[in-house]
Amino acid sequence: MSAAERVLEVEGLAFAYPDGHQALFGVDLRLHRGERVALLGPNGAGKTTLALHLNGILSGGAGQVRVAGLPVEKRTLKEVRRRVGLVFQDPDDQLFMPTVAEDVAFGPANLGVRGHDLEHRVHEALRRVGMEAHADRPPSHLSYGQRRRVAVATVLAMEPEVLVLDEPSSNLDPASRRELAEVLLSLDLTLLMVTHDLPYALELCPRALVLDGGVVVADGPTRDLLCDDALLRAHRLELPFGFDPVRAGR
Amino acid sequence: MGAGHTHALYRDGRSPLHRLPPQVKLVAALSFVLLVVATPRTQLWAFGVYLVLVLAVAAVGRVPLRTLRTGLLLETPFVLFAVLLPFLSRGAQVEVLGVSVSETGLLAAFNVLAKATLGTLTSMVLASTTSIRDLLKGLERLRVPRSLLAIAGFMVRYLDVVVGEMQRMRVARAARGYDPRSLLQARAVAASAGALFVRSYERGERVYLAMVSRGWTGAMPDLGTPAATAADWARGVVLPVAGAAVCTAAWVAAR
Repeated sequence: MSAAERVLEVEGLAFAYPDGHQALFGVDLRLHRGERVALLGPNGAGKTTLALHLNGILSGGAGQVRVAGLPVEKRTLKEVRRRVGLVFQDPDDQLFMPTVAEDVAFGPANLGVRGHDLEHRVHEALRRVGMEAHADRPPSHLSYGQRRRVAVATVLAMEPEVLVLDEPSSNLDPASRRELAEVLLSLDLTLLMVTHDLPYALELCPRALVLDGGVVVADGPTRDLLCDDALLRAHRLELPFGFDPVRAGR
Repeated sequence: MGAGHTHALYRDGRSPLHRLPPQVKLVAALSFVLLVVATPRTQLWAFGVYLVLVLAVAAVGRVPLRTLRTGLLLETPFVLFAVLLPFLSRGAQVEVLGVSVSETGLLAAFNVLAKATLGTLTSMVLASTTSIRDLLKGLERLRVPRSLLAIAGFMVRYLDVVVGEMQRMRVARAARGYDPRSLLQARAVAASAGALFVRSYERGERVYLAMVSRGWTGAMPDLGTPAATAADWARGVVLPVAGAAVCTAAWVAAR
């Protein structure tokens, strides 16, 4: 596998918050172009902290992050943030502009896109998540599932190379969950999905990583990891009652 | 919750007033109100003419009288203050309905009341024919600093979210049997207010992270509001020009 095909590389990443709480203790991971990978782990494992490093929101600890070969550092932040699209857990945090279309335009406008190009990007991003009919509505008038899909569109409009989603299925009803899964599967993008929703990880991501205690403790095909009872138990991961990863989706 | 808060005043429509660019309406409304305020209070007739002008504009914008009447409730504190003036002021006394009140006080009360009413009606007409988003866009065209507009926009956007959180906390208090009957029991409300503040503060930080993640570097992007045409401005100046004529006439008559 050549270096060019590695879209995301994390090497020896360690990080402690200013209050002294150390969240990451040397994380290594590699994502290849077009891969869909689930980052699994219990609450407090450092998943969100890791996600915030991927576009340089957090930095300053040991180790390095490279996005399509470009190291994440101060002078590359703008390009890194274009390449890595981060979708936050609460869509109300992500959608802050008065209308859906203006919110989707926010990212590309910050990149200097204007006029027809901007309109085209907004329309295209909303089309990809099936929300083009709601372009002129205020985000507060949308359902939670619709807001989550718009949040994905706000990042798609920046034409990223990697999409990083923080708990994409949280608080969604089953129909919204399925709709979001359909949207995510239709995207031709490298995807890193931070979650503790194991069936969702299995449905969307052929490969999974387990993060616990600030290190990657397992990396492999999602189905294999979910079948490893001892591994799941050791890291506070649990399958929902009655869920059989061997038979699911086959 | 939801829709009610942000668009309580705005009424969707396609009237000529709705179609006028927001920056034109803002300038027209503000200059009209300034003219009203600058009119000498002794010229009572002038305020009658202003009222006719505002109601005519409201008719063009198809703003129902009911909406205007509801809006006047906003004025209540000023009315209370105005009612006190004739009793508190000194000087020549006049008899009104058998009660002796100050003449200057009466005039001052009328002055406050008339100007506040006209100002409120004008803003009501503006608010019922212009959405909040258009108002912000109009202000942007009028070169109001974008960071101020961003703050106003965030307020509009998050008002519903914060009010929603507040209501959920109120329901949660009530669900645990909280039924305050005296001020001594207000502690739970104060604690909730504190929790709400912390939650909102944390949300602010998360919103900031989301903005930075999408390449924000301190400047809000241009919303791309189209410029108003000369014809728009020509329509927009009708109200202020009429107001200026009344104001001038009132000053001439007052000399």
